[in-house]
Amino acid sequence: MPKLIQAEDVVTNFYTYEGVVKALNKVGLVVDHGATFGLVGESGCGKSVMVRSMMRIVQEPGQIEGGKVVLFFNGDQQQEAVDLLQQSEAYMEDLRGNHISMIFQEPNAALNPIMSIGDQISESFLFHRKKEMSKKILEDLSADDCRVFLPLKKLQQTLYTIAADNPKSFILIICSKIPILSLWQRRLKREALQRSIDIIRKLSISNPSETVHRYPHNLSGGMKQRIVIAIALACHPMLLIADEATSNLDVTIQAQILELLKDLKKTEIASILLITHDLGIVAETCDRVGVMYAGNLCEVADVEKLFQNPQHPYTKALLESVPKFSQEGRLRSIDGAVPNLVSPPSGCRFHPRCSHAMEICKQTFPEEIEIEENHMVACHLYVK
Amino acid sequence: MEKKTHPRLKEFKYTLYRIFRNPSAIIGFTLLIFFTGVAVFAPYIAPPKYAHDPYIMPHKGFSPTPKPPTKEHIFGTTSGQYDIFYGAVWGTRTAFKIGIFVVFFATVIGVSVGVISGYVGGIVDEIIMRIVDIIFAIPTVVLAMAIVVAFGRGLDKVMIALSLVLWRNYVRVMRSGILTLREMDYVQAARVMGVSNIKIMIKHIIPNAIYPVMVMAFMDIGSMVIVAAFMAFLGLGAPRGYADWGQMISLARNYIVGPAEDPLRYWYTIIIPGGCIVLFVLAWNLIGDALRDAFDPKIRRK
Amino acid sequence: MENVLELKNLKRHYPIYGGVFRKQVASVQALDGIDLSIRRGECLGLVGESGCGKTTTGKAIIRLDDPTSGNILFYHKEKKDGVDIATMSPRQMKKQGIRSKLQMVFQDPTTSMDPRMLVKQIIAEPLREQGGLSSRALENRVVELLELVGLTKDHPMRYPHEFSGGQRQRIAVARAIATNPEFIILDEPTSALDVSVQAQILNLLHELQQRLQLTYLFVTHHLLVVKYISHRLAVMYLGKLVEIADTDDLFNKPLHPYTHALLSGIPIPDVQHKLKRIVLSGDVPSPLNPPSGCRFHTRCPFVIDQCKSEEPVLEEVESAHKVACHRKNEVRKLVYDQFG
Repeated sequence: MPKLIQAEDVVTNFYTYEGVVKALNKVGLVVDHGATFGLVGESGCGKSVMVRSMMRIVQEPGQIEGGKVVLFFNGDQQQEAVDLLQQSEAYMEDLRGNHISMIFQEPNAALNPIMSIGDQISESFLFHRKKEMSKKILEDLSADDCRVFLPLKKLQQTLYTIAADNPKSFILIICSKIPILSLWQRRLKREALQRSIDIIRKLSISNPSETVHRYPHNLSGGMKQRIVIAIALACHPMLLIADEATSNLDVTIQAQILELLKDLKKTEIASILLITHDLGIVAETCDRVGVMYAGNLCEVADVEKLFQNPQHPYTKALLESVPKFSQEGRLRSIDGAVPNLVSPPSGCRFHPRCSHAMEICKQTFPEEIEIEENHMVACHLYVK
Repeated sequence: MEKKTHPRLKEFKYTLYRIFRNPSAIIGFTLLIFFTGVAVFAPYIAPPKYAHDPYIMPHKGFSPTPKPPTKEHIFGTTSGQYDIFYGAVWGTRTAFKIGIFVVFFATVIGVSVGVISGYVGGIVDEIIMRIVDIIFAIPTVVLAMAIVVAFGRGLDKVMIALSLVLWRNYVRVMRSGILTLREMDYVQAARVMGVSNIKIMIKHIIPNAIYPVMVMAFMDIGSMVIVAAFMAFLGLGAPRGYADWGQMISLARNYIVGPAEDPLRYWYTIIIPGGCIVLFVLAWNLIGDALRDAFDPKIRRK
Repeated sequence: MENVLELKNLKRHYPIYGGVFRKQVASVQALDGIDLSIRRGECLGLVGESGCGKTTTGKAIIRLDDPTSGNILFYHKEKKDGVDIATMSPRQMKKQGIRSKLQMVFQDPTTSMDPRMLVKQIIAEPLREQGGLSSRALENRVVELLELVGLTKDHPMRYPHEFSGGQRQRIAVARAIATNPEFIILDEPTSALDVSVQAQILNLLHELQQRLQLTYLFVTHHLLVVKYISHRLAVMYLGKLVEIADTDDLFNKPLHPYTHALLSGIPIPDVQHKLKRIVLSGDVPSPLNPPSGCRFHTRCPFVIDQCKSEEPVLEEVESAHKVACHRKNEVRKLVYDQFG
């Protein structure tokens, strides 16, 4: 499968009072076209920082200090590849929500309480799809001979021609600010609202044309998360990043959202990057899994291989510590806690908690090794 | 393990770090230290002429026209020939007196009423809060003026009046803090242990609810000096000749704009006391701001 | 087996006031008639989604919340007859020594400890309240408790925020067992923790239960978490109990459709385990005006007319297995037919 996005050696540090938190220590991952990649790990292992670094939305006092995040717009062709870490902020703004979009854990924080659902979804269209929508409106305008007063229609046509040409044109910005002239946007807004209704219909929300006029507080938690997904999907992104998107929801609601994501995967989205701490979700939805620990990627494999034949000691221990249906007796646990990343352990960062720790683990950092096809492990137990 | 310091000390150090990480705090504290120094060493900087009451500004003659700075009067003299330098120096003491006295009494009253309101709740809370609402409906200065008029003129009366006005702000902050904290898990945990309500209040709720009040109080020290200056300007404050920045501006009120050919001729009568007030208020506001950032539990730990 | 606690028709309705005169206009029926007995030495899991009243039950038992009606009978270890603590005043509870026998561990260890107190003071607080210990003895007891929960004696002179989530929860457990309680309510003690740490805490709780002969009420939304530690499970939906059974029974042959849905809704960390999932439509209805009849009928895939009008009672089907469902005898077949 062709690659979609490839991160290499990303280093992100946070400068705090206690010292420099080395949140990411040369992490690389590849998400293929059409794949669902799951990134698992405990809290504080850097999985959120990783995707935030890839999107360049790391919060203060964090800084991305090295590496490459290459986005392939068209399969493996190198000439259309773009290193996101080298691009301008304006370029990233256009990219986020358009080619790559994100959904977060807390739907309440992601939705604006004083905007109607329709307006919030429309915003995404109005920001990224002005050009395309203007073209469509132009066609409509020339097609129908509506009752609009002729000079007004002329004006509208001129404005939409400009919008179709350059949506950030200076004239348009001025026109939008002048009271009566700003009405030219009405058709645009209507079009965006129509598209919003279409998108939420796809998410199997009953009565979409009514839902768009409601406000977030009228909706339940599961419904809100659907709206957040709708906003993310508005512009048909190539990659949807879901950061713990279901972990605050109830089990039955979580089941609904996961089914929805699986369905959408077939029809709407190219690839999903799923961040979660729940191995169950990974097993059910992902094709490929990366396990992170303390700012490192320990193991990457296809989902069947990882669950049936885990290689890294951390992956093994993590799988054993999850409660299961079939297992009886005492739960295995990993001793100790996730290390403080201000002063991470030397060598392999897992060695203080690892039952197979050797002398070399304390000294050198293990390289990533491909032990079988598409199965990478970073551990000294395996030698090239 | 590194050297063991007592955890309270460590925490205190961290608080200091958070305060002084903020450049505005450094400016604020520098100004404050400067003012404190001036206030403490006032007798040496500007030796008093009248030993029995150093707060009375010395004046040579009674001419209403201010005189520009000379060697003898380095900041010049204001209307009535009062020495501006002397007034500015001893006015610092007055400003500290006003600010700290007013805010201290207002916090004591406000916090106690707020605690009663938040702790007892029910009908008592309702009555207290409605009274506070009524007091809030009257503008600060109008209320303070009414009280001063009732008590009579004088700096002490102004201070009492201002504390009787200011406490209303703290009641609300304290009460809302208590209401939020009462629902916190650790308060519930204490109730499960059988800790009595009064003990919970003293041990868990008040110490955690007091920070916003403290930040507010710091900022109010500055603003109370402004209000007091304003009242002095209206002639409600200290007696004539008392070293008080507000009083000095009040003395210079006819010389704010000079004669038509040279409107800035008497700048020193306004700029010097006015500048003192501005810097003093700025100092407390900057400190208050830095403390707010340092104490905010949400951003304190990540 | 003797009981530690018996809940009899326990109700908790939160009144909603409206209008100028603060008249009661409606009530949220958070708990609507719970009958439950908890046996000495067992761990009873109370499972349900958010808003189903499971936490309210816990808080009502421990009297952080005053029940509207009903009885909570508490049986002392020595004394035989039960005391009704549902309406007892806090002072009376303390006097009779019941307060220290009932304890609670909260969900989030970050918020359940006063951020300005040292660990030493946090753990000593319940002991101080009980009184009768010199400061030397108090300190020894604190260290003893810390060692019991797997921390060391370096830890008491620190602030809670210096610890990781798992260690903080250990401190909370130490505080809960400080007064030698008989009964502890565990309110989602692991849901704020990571998977690997969750297992540590579950094992710790299990060990402590055996060593100190504790009785637990384990409140959680995650069925698999309680599977390890609880002997019996009670499933709640919208303020009502829908099913009670022994843990194995409940997992192997659940009878209520809601239990079926809960079980199948859990994502399984196993790639071979591909069960067809029962996805319930819609959300939990508001407890402000719960559906008529069976409260689950709005989301139940097997709803019949009887469910909409008549409320099912919690009845014993097999020994120690109670269900509240009109179609309890057909559910297994229905599930098999529709979902495989």
